[in-house]
Amino acid sequence: MATPTADVDLDAARSALGSACGDVTEAGPADAVDGVPAALVARPASTAEVAEVLRAAAAAGLAVVPRGHGTKMTWGRPPERADLVVDLARMAAVQDHAAGDLIVDIQAGTPLSAVQATVAGAAQQLALDDPLGGATVGGALATNLSGPRRVRFGSARDLLIGVTLVRADGVVAKAGGRVVKNVAGYDLGKLLIGSFGTLGVVTEAVFRLHPLPAARRLVSAPFDRPEEAQRLVQAVVHAHVVPTAVEVDRPAAGPGTVAVLLEGIDAGVAGRAATTRELLGSSAEEGDVPDGWGAVPWAGSDGDRPVALKVTFALSGLARVLATARSAAEDAGLGLHLRGSGGAGVLYGAVTPGTDPAAVRSLVDRLRAECAALGGALVVLDAPAGVKAAVDTWGPVPALDLMWRVKDRFDPQRRLAPGRFVGGI
Amino acid sequence: MSVTHGTETTAGPVAGSVPPEETEAVGPSGPDPGAMAAVVAAARAALPPDGIIDDHVRLRTYECDGLAHYKVTPALVVLPETAEQVSVVVRACAEHGVPFVARGSGTGLSGGALPRADGVLIVTARMRAIREVRADDQRAVVEPGVINLDVTRAATPAGYYYAPDPSSQQVCSIGGNLAENSGGAHCLKYGFTTNHVLGAEFVTPQGEIVQLGGLAPDAPGYDLLGAVVGSEGTLGIATAITVRLVRLPEDVRTLLAGFRSTDDAGAATSAIIGAGIVPAAIEMMDALAIEAAEAATRCGYPVGAGAVLVVEVDGARVEVEHELAEVERLCREHGVFELRVATEAAERALIWKGRKSAFAAVGRISPDYIVQDGVIPRTALPEVLRAIAELSASSGVRVANVFHAGDGNLHPLVLFDDSVEGAGEAAEKVSGAILDLCIGHGGSITGEHGIGIDKVAYMPRMFSADDLDTMQLVRCAFDPHGAANPGKVFPTPRLCGEVPGRRTGAHPLVEAGLAEAF
Repeated sequence: MATPTADVDLDAARSALGSACGDVTEAGPADAVDGVPAALVARPASTAEVAEVLRAAAAAGLAVVPRGHGTKMTWGRPPERADLVVDLARMAAVQDHAAGDLIVDIQAGTPLSAVQATVAGAAQQLALDDPLGGATVGGALATNLSGPRRVRFGSARDLLIGVTLVRADGVVAKAGGRVVKNVAGYDLGKLLIGSFGTLGVVTEAVFRLHPLPAARRLVSAPFDRPEEAQRLVQAVVHAHVVPTAVEVDRPAAGPGTVAVLLEGIDAGVAGRAATTRELLGSSAEEGDVPDGWGAVPWAGSDGDRPVALKVTFALSGLARVLATARSAAEDAGLGLHLRGSGGAGVLYGAVTPGTDPAAVRSLVDRLRAECAALGGALVVLDAPAGVKAAVDTWGPVPALDLMWRVKDRFDPQRRLAPGRFVGGI
Repeated sequence: MSVTHGTETTAGPVAGSVPPEETEAVGPSGPDPGAMAAVVAAARAALPPDGIIDDHVRLRTYECDGLAHYKVTPALVVLPETAEQVSVVVRACAEHGVPFVARGSGTGLSGGALPRADGVLIVTARMRAIREVRADDQRAVVEPGVINLDVTRAATPAGYYYAPDPSSQQVCSIGGNLAENSGGAHCLKYGFTTNHVLGAEFVTPQGEIVQLGGLAPDAPGYDLLGAVVGSEGTLGIATAITVRLVRLPEDVRTLLAGFRSTDDAGAATSAIIGAGIVPAAIEMMDALAIEAAEAATRCGYPVGAGAVLVVEVDGARVEVEHELAEVERLCREHGVFELRVATEAAERALIWKGRKSAFAAVGRISPDYIVQDGVIPRTALPEVLRAIAELSASSGVRVANVFHAGDGNLHPLVLFDDSVEGAGEAAEKVSGAILDLCIGHGGSITGEHGIGIDKVAYMPRMFSADDLDTMQLVRCAFDPHGAANPGKVFPTPRLCGEVPGRRTGAHPLVEAGLAEAF
């Protein structure tokens, strides 16, 4: 049984939550948030119930951590407290798919895969990847999850057109709407994307959709040196092949791969695939898109908790990032597998073995400095507790004071996932 | 083949002058003399002499933006050349409780850059450097006064362009685009300003200079830039902007299709989208708008058309040919009676000329007019167009329709003659009723022109009090005293109050050793 925060009257909270929401249970070990035990779990079924739950939590002074399917609960810093987990898995309805308007209105606990299955019925897609698998809409938004197709479609911020959130004080608010084009009011959706549940609980989201392509082909080629990878990526993005994705995959040792996803009508894809083969050189190969392609490099690493990185950089810095990553890892006695969007400047990294805090710290410091010099950043998304304790996982963040001011307005009592986000937010 | 997207002239402002009453938006009739003297002194110490305007005649040059029936003479105009100069002026405003309004080229159509009689107008026209064009990074770094089209001109030799193309792109500024989250004819496929701004150096309403975002995507922390873009100058002033550059397409084709009715043209639009085609643009004009465009530009649109569609497809050549063939087929299925396809830039420009001159051209058929901007779900297009026609018939007020049909963004032009007693009021009424139609169909009261001062009264019809209160939490975080462009966007300012327990520097929990600094 978890230990609640000392100054919280759990019995009173339990009773208040019980009348707010029919499904409130004691938390178990599996409900801990990155090692921080939770006391209670509420499973509201509607935005109105989430509002009731958050009002009750506010009255009782509970720290609240929202949860979808819980696939990224160890990302970010461990929260200082996690008295109440608000589990949104019961809010899993695709509320409206307006195919003619190319939009979908979804409850936040809906798995991305379920959204795709629904809209595919009208030959449409939500162009947001799920590179870990199992993500809900709310979880994908909270962590700003992205994958290969962001080269063509952008990321969550480019697809979300409306949002419903519940504030720390239980007030329900909406921003945006159900139309693609809309400049009325502040775009709160963008603030919520990637905020790790620290500003509010997203309960419903409206996205723009795209047509499903008739044909997809993958053209890939190996590379040895970082400069080669950059040359190939630049050749592709500068050509007229309109890639949906330009992925770079470089394991800890040995050669890497540049892979280009082409989508569209059959004739068009065939022609652009042929052009891409020429761009990638004589060793380029063309094929179908394999299952699981575009997954994060730590996918399937069962057992040991990975050290998972996200590195970003200006596109022309790809070679430097790849080179520094490998030399810094080797100098630290570690392996670093990088994989991600070379065409967008966003790579994920898996460090092995991720057990020596000093070694990981050395790698992170060197690669972070390189990314910063290239206009980007390095974030340690996830790591074993010992590593997280020793490493600045979020790194330096410009405009942090302004971010704190936003946090203070939305959650003045600091009860939403306190400490999980940048700079202790 | 040279491939660039079309351009157009500035949309024509509403004629006539409506002196605004003293309101929250425009401020009292004059500044607090002591406070303004302190701001002037601070500005003189930091800016060159010709960067400060306090002569009444010259101040009047800045009394309105593109929405010209609201006019307020600012107390002071400054023309800073650097972020530091902007910061000095803003800091002085903050210290002395003087409101400030930022202005780019002044082409906005919602009065977002309407000055305050008791405030400072900060004009970015001297911040016009394109600092970097980084084609390999698909980025450019520009100052806020840079003209939209000049970014594309600078990037074109490297094979790139800046995608958002508001109708005023020959004169409007990137800073203004950022403030308004400007759209344009091609945002159906390419998105809006918010999708193309990656970073900004930004002066907060306290005068701090902060960096938001940067060359790379997904900067850690809150996406403050996402909140700033489209905030209409109410959160601060961008002083350098990092934008995305988009590869010029291999091929572009523009199709002009004449239909007997807007119903047919609307049905063709739905069929095109329904077929999984995302054209770069689908624009529609009705008979009255065609008549105006023809009178102004002799664009040669199909004679007798009840509606025309301008459809542009771009991308890789094979796809463009395929999509064009599909669009032609779908237009034929929906009763098109004349089809023209332009391949060369000059032919395409001719087709666009009619569409892009439409706002200004309406001046040929009506002495006065209101440019409305509302959004509906695309599938509601036929129904809403019929409702607008009924409104027009029952009120006797003529309405010309020009719009971005692909994304349901209507620009009804409500025509009137201000010399006729009551005509202006009748036009206002029809214009407002059109917005109600948009709200009633789940749409928006503005797709690209912004709320500004013009539509503040409509915000509560689209958003609840709680929605507006929550948006203003962001305002309070950036600007607790409401000094940046007060009276715009929100009908009722929120009293921010102080946040308990917060101070600058290290967070208390960090200092107490209860939380780590990272």
